[in-house]
Amino acid sequence: MFPARFDYFRAESLAEVLDLLARHGSEGKILAGGQSVIPLMKLRMASPAVLIDINRVSELQAIAGDERGGLRIGAVTRHHHMEIKKWPRSLALLTDAARVIGDPQVRNLGTVGGALAEVDPAGDWGPVMLSLGARVRAVNPKGERTFPIDELFVDAFTTCLTEHELLREVEIPPLGDGTGTAYLKMERKAGDFAIASAAVRVNRSPDGRCQDMGIGLGGVGLVPLRARGAEELLRGSNLQEEVIREAEESVRKDCEPLADIRGSVEFKRQVAGVLFRRALKIALRRAQGEEVEAGHV
Amino acid sequence: MSKHLVKIRVNGQDREAEVECRLLLVDFLRENLALTGTHVGCDTTHCGACTVLMDGDSVKSCTVFAVQADGREILTIEGLARNGKMHPIQEAFWDYHALQCGYCTPGMVMSALFLLSHNRRPTEEEVRRGIAGNLCRCTGYQFIVDAIIEAGSKKMEGE
Repeated sequence: MFPARFDYFRAESLAEVLDLLARHGSEGKILAGGQSVIPLMKLRMASPAVLIDINRVSELQAIAGDERGGLRIGAVTRHHHMEIKKWPRSLALLTDAARVIGDPQVRNLGTVGGALAEVDPAGDWGPVMLSLGARVRAVNPKGERTFPIDELFVDAFTTCLTEHELLREVEIPPLGDGTGTAYLKMERKAGDFAIASAAVRVNRSPDGRCQDMGIGLGGVGLVPLRARGAEELLRGSNLQEEVIREAEESVRKDCEPLADIRGSVEFKRQVAGVLFRRALKIALRRAQGEEVEAGHV
Repeated sequence: MSKHLVKIRVNGQDREAEVECRLLLVDFLRENLALTGTHVGCDTTHCGACTVLMDGDSVKSCTVFAVQADGREILTIEGLARNGKMHPIQEAFWDYHALQCGYCTPGMVMSALFLLSHNRRPTEEEVRRGIAGNLCRCTGYQFIVDAIIEAGSKKMEGE
């Protein structure tokens, strides 16, 4: 089918976006890559009266380092761009995740900001950004605010953003020396969303202790989840096998999967635990300087 | 809902039209421009039969509004052959029997073109990843993969 009627405005600058949000935010939706919103509109599951096209706003497309050694990723950064960019080894999970989103066509248009703002329970960027302790910078006609990414995910397909707010960029904090990351996703078929997925960030000291952990889980809740219980178990440990096993058990217990076409509750729990363990192993190898491929399982 | 004037360069030709903003690019190509080589195969952005290149990037034209393509360049399957001579990818599809009913084929060829424009010597694994957004119900994909690998070894326009 094709969508119901709507009015369309194309912004050429961030100022224009904010002006359009001020005037149309209450009845409008942002159009970034459109790879989620257009299919919904074609099925008439969403019929916004207004679409605000932000694809030509160059201020939203930059990837830049910041003063503290962190990274700012503009909302309209395409998944494809994230896939081909040469990241430092500590951010290898960005490549892992970008490679497994949808398919090449979807990756050419779909965006990081759009995907995060979609809050698909099985989306890929959510778990990744959670594991990195990322922050969201949101702008509105009257100003802006920055908050931890955890707060963005209110419910399935629901953000904390008001109708006049735009997710402008996501900020990744500087990662310490000895950081290794990995993202693993299990899917039923090519191009699918995750049955379950795990993003792991481990900060390993030279003597093998875990100084910090970040674990994001996808597909096992209404929103991307942070596995804080498992993080607590591993923080300060020597990353011994027993502790990892306890952490895996904690991941399994703490996820809140819903049974659906992608799997039963028990199956998703099991997959989440296994992917966490494997991702942790890969992240540790990378933390010690090894090149390892990851992504699909 | 207002009409919007769009100017889109399609297969090297500048085209202009007044369109509803909800007009999908695939429908613009098929209905307004009578370029029916681009196919509609599903309603859910899965099958990729509608794949075209927009500014060199493969996109599913059923999931792009024509107004989004304003000022951009579109390449469809009709834009590949030159003076009646098939593009090397089309020739390889022919030689390797990479189509049966042909419905997925235009989309497959456009995805192959995008893949090969970035990676001329893809492995089988990379080809399969490269066509992950294109479904085929007839062939079982193997001959499509073979054809794309073969096409990568041939000279293409501009080389």
